[in-house]
Amino acid sequence: MKNLALGVNGKKIAASVEPRTHLGDFLREQQLLTATHLGCEHGVCGACTVLLDGRPVRSCITLAVACEGGQVTTLEGLVNDPVMIELREAFAAEHGLQCGFCTPGMLVSARDLVLRKPAADDRAVRIEMSGNLCRCTGYGGIVRAIRRVLDARKKTKT
Amino acid sequence: MKPVDFDYERPATLDAALKLLGREDLNAKPLAGSQSLGPMLNLRLVQPELLVDITAIPELASIREEKGFLVLGACVTHAALEDGGTPDPTRGVLARVAAGIAYRAVRNRGTVGGSLAHADPAADWVSVLAALGADVVVARTGGRRTVPAKDFIRGTFETALGPGELVVEIRIPALSANARWGYAKICRKAGEFSHATGVVLIDPARKFARAVIGAVSGPPIVVDDAKIAERDPGEAWVSALFAGTPLGDDAYQIRIHHVALKRAIAEARAP
Repeated sequence: MKNLALGVNGKKIAASVEPRTHLGDFLREQQLLTATHLGCEHGVCGACTVLLDGRPVRSCITLAVACEGGQVTTLEGLVNDPVMIELREAFAAEHGLQCGFCTPGMLVSARDLVLRKPAADDRAVRIEMSGNLCRCTGYGGIVRAIRRVLDARKKTKT
Repeated sequence: MKPVDFDYERPATLDAALKLLGREDLNAKPLAGSQSLGPMLNLRLVQPELLVDITAIPELASIREEKGFLVLGACVTHAALEDGGTPDPTRGVLARVAAGIAYRAVRNRGTVGGSLAHADPAADWVSVLAALGADVVVARTGGRRTVPAKDFIRGTFETALGPGELVVEIRIPALSANARWGYAKICRKAGEFSHATGVVLIDPARKFARAVIGAVSGPPIVVDDAKIAERDPGEAWVSALFAGTPLGDDAYQIRIHHVALKRAIAEARAP
């Protein structure tokens, strides 16, 4: 076991982990933060995407012990985030989800896209979101939801 | 989907890391962004006894210019190159290639050195760094040596690294002002591994003209010939090149690799 000190959703956490524990398991099973979903567990599906030091990462292929000193933010920590509030409303309005399994990762990736590429067109949205798989929606609703947020933010800026 | 039980160290100096990696009494592997090793661990395709996390070593994270070279520390991430803001004597090659690797969440952690050391023939840097004429600097306790990137990959998941050796930096020659380059990969889905890669670099001021065909069954195929790099050599030429390799009898593979090369050449020729 290794001692681990890191921030999770703004709280300082001191824990003891097996080195082989990935960040996703650490969050779900030790911190009981179950918004982060584990899908493929080998870095393909994107369901487990969380923020590490503000950047999206795959929690299933990031070792918890390698996050020493880092700041992890899960969906639970983004409840009151302004972009996330807009995305949640837009995903509901545009049918951006059905079963909801991919949604936590979709929202974390979409938030990064909205902040990093505010001028993205639909093609860029699809490419940027290509690391998050959805088996229900066919992606149309997800792209429209992100489009809605991007357009709304453009309007409020001008 | 859980890795075997292993130990973990995160040394703060290169010497300490090399010492751990040089241990002969256990199977130690370096760990950087874990974007290739992570899946291998989860699938138990690799079962190390010790992982040596090299991301806390400051010199491995640096990007610097040095007498006609850009020197990337092994732990420089794809996202850092994608976002730029650092010196780029390759005139855009690195940012363009980096932005097309996998997905942003992977690029945020995945590293150039890790990608090379993993040695997947379909990986972008494997082909591109060979095309750029880059060198890979590897270190072990008590010594360093330089291996041309085109010779670093020996086969699928096989490199020139010896026991206890670690990729520490990648040295990329600066492109001349009139250098031209092209890069194309064929993927059925954005961000997936390449099915066929073509890269060309023509730099007359340095008398450098190279065409690379990547995502093949082993190391990238490197051809130093201005005639090839400047003008589509045709599918029959690719077919002859593949003869005797595991892809040699596969018309589809020959076709897509030719198309990738042709697109790269066309891009390099475009004004």
